[in-house]
Amino acid sequence: MTDNLGTSPDEVQFRFRDDEVADHGTVTVDACCDQTNATAVRIEPGDDARQLLPFLDRLALVEVNFPSFADGRGYSAARILREAGYTGELRAVGDVLIDQLSHMRRCGFDAFAPDTPLNEDDARRAFATWENVYQSAADAREQGRKTIQELRHD
Amino acid sequence: MYKYDTYDQAMVDARVAEFRDQANRRLEGKLTEDQFKPLRLMNGLYLQLHAYMLRVAIPYGTLNSEQMTALGDIADKYDRGYGHFTTRQNIQYNWIKLEDAADILEDLSKVEMHAIQTSGNCIRNISSDHFAGAAHDELVDPRPYAELLRQWSSFHPEFTYLPRKFKIAVIAAEKDRAAMRLHDIGIQIVEQNGEIGARFYVGGGMGRTPMIAPMIRDFVPLDQLVTYAEACLRVYNRYGRRDNKYKARIKILVHEMGAEEYTRQVEEEFAHLLNQGVEPPREELERIKPFFADPVFEDGPKTVDRSDPDFALWVDRNTVRHKHDSYVSAVISLKPVGGIPGDATGEQIRIMARLAKQYSFDELRVMHTQNIVLPHVKIADLHALWTELDAADLGAPNLDTVEDIIACPGLDYCALANARSITVAQRISENFAAKGRTAELGELKLKISGCINACGHHHAGHIGILGVDKKGKENYQLSLGGSEAEDVSLAKITGPGFDEDGVVGAVETVTDVYLDQREEGERFLDTYRRIGMAPFKEALYD
Repeated sequence: MTDNLGTSPDEVQFRFRDDEVADHGTVTVDACCDQTNATAVRIEPGDDARQLLPFLDRLALVEVNFPSFADGRGYSAARILREAGYTGELRAVGDVLIDQLSHMRRCGFDAFAPDTPLNEDDARRAFATWENVYQSAADAREQGRKTIQELRHD
Repeated sequence: MYKYDTYDQAMVDARVAEFRDQANRRLEGKLTEDQFKPLRLMNGLYLQLHAYMLRVAIPYGTLNSEQMTALGDIADKYDRGYGHFTTRQNIQYNWIKLEDAADILEDLSKVEMHAIQTSGNCIRNISSDHFAGAAHDELVDPRPYAELLRQWSSFHPEFTYLPRKFKIAVIAAEKDRAAMRLHDIGIQIVEQNGEIGARFYVGGGMGRTPMIAPMIRDFVPLDQLVTYAEACLRVYNRYGRRDNKYKARIKILVHEMGAEEYTRQVEEEFAHLLNQGVEPPREELERIKPFFADPVFEDGPKTVDRSDPDFALWVDRNTVRHKHDSYVSAVISLKPVGGIPGDATGEQIRIMARLAKQYSFDELRVMHTQNIVLPHVKIADLHALWTELDAADLGAPNLDTVEDIIACPGLDYCALANARSITVAQRISENFAAKGRTAELGELKLKISGCINACGHHHAGHIGILGVDKKGKENYQLSLGGSEAEDVSLAKITGPGFDEDGVVGAVETVTDVYLDQREEGERFLDTYRRIGMAPFKEALYD
């Protein structure tokens, strides 16, 4: 196991969960598939999140790394995990910036550990950018958020 | 026409507020230019050669006179008195100041307009048939489906940082007036066994590696349309190349993976997503449809008085058959001889708006060929309309002729360009007009790009011109045989390039070959397809 992989709980700046912050050694996707006791895993942009689906029950933390904010593969990884029923912590780490927060949250991320800590006021505003939304994403599943199209026909 | 409800308006208002906040954070130094760039791009703001350029979205190319008037006012208030209509049915302003951008967005939001996703690596403004709702040959009006997809693609949380930009076109006729198969996704609304559905073509595009999109699904039921699009995008977002921006478009993925394998993965993702509830309720499409209902057409005269030959010529050239026989769709050419293709002054934009209100049920369309359509004009009103257009220098009778040139902004404005496009377009149209040969040549689609990114659609021109930089000098490659229509094909290069004088002459040379060799009823493209490249090459180089 690589012991310097992953963020520590201290680096989590925003968290939308009530449970204890997971403080596990985080392993790579490949290692996670090989080790039956791993409970925390880190997804890199090129990894296939679906490889983790057989192990979701034992995972308490999935970190999704954004080496560059412009690489949007992590958004798909997050939704795929939530669509498969993963309910543990989904932490966005790396080049996580103010203007990506609202979309990340909608894709199912519920913890954020940016490389560079963000201005709290700016971040609060960013999370609240959209009062309503056009798409049904992870927020529909988790928070029961209805889309604009559903609200129109309620 | 679609009208915003309070939800749509709130989305646009939130975006204006968000952009103001971002611009402020940039000015305060909280955002670096690298961090700000994708944000301003997603609001249509580019940094060009001389100034910022702002691109405003015109969803499926449809707008009303109030919106058109606002576009004219913005040209005068914030630009140097011009707007430039683009090949994506949008408008862009070339002389914008960064500090004005948020104010412009606010002005736009007051008339239900915005610049959202007109650039950046996201799903761009959705284009459609410019005669939608008026065409005699359409199955249904494609715009309700385009509107459904507009909502789905607006601020999509998963698809905002795609490998590269993503363009979708929706049509609903066999005749393709939207270059549908040269889009990342081209959707044709079709009928099968009495049911309406969507046919998906994926992986087309122009740019440096032009490709014609293969069909990947012949029929998607309408209540799965959004879900299928989501599956197409998810496979692309996960597997599209990110190591090289020139290989990042979906056409490269589909090509490298193979259409069959891409389709297999989409179908697998689609089957999964069908259980995820991503499709909007069916009632939403039914809510949207009435916005695009026909206006009340009245029977009237079906012919015009042809005693004025200039008027008769314009009617023959610039009006198109309508589904109601007392009406036509009238095309306002933004290609006056020697002019800048697609440009209009603020005053001309307001005049077009007024004429739309008076003669076309308050509706206008932007064509991907950089002209404007008044979709529903009474034949009885044509003379009055033409008289006003002619007085405003908007009456050029040259739709689909060699003067109706598509040209990108080129080196006169664009930071990417290697060569000028506009001057070449001006000289070619002046040359043919001066010799009086435009009418004789008939339909001839000439398209000019100032660099290999192909914004001027040169791959799809019956005659295409590509400007390149050759040892510090502008050089123009000529190509023949492209088409963006239902007979889609990619043009082939004739041979070595020409300088500016040379390419103007070369275009004349190839039209001479055509006139010499054409058979009854053949367009330039038909003759080329029949006789092949050799006779043209011989005339050009021997």
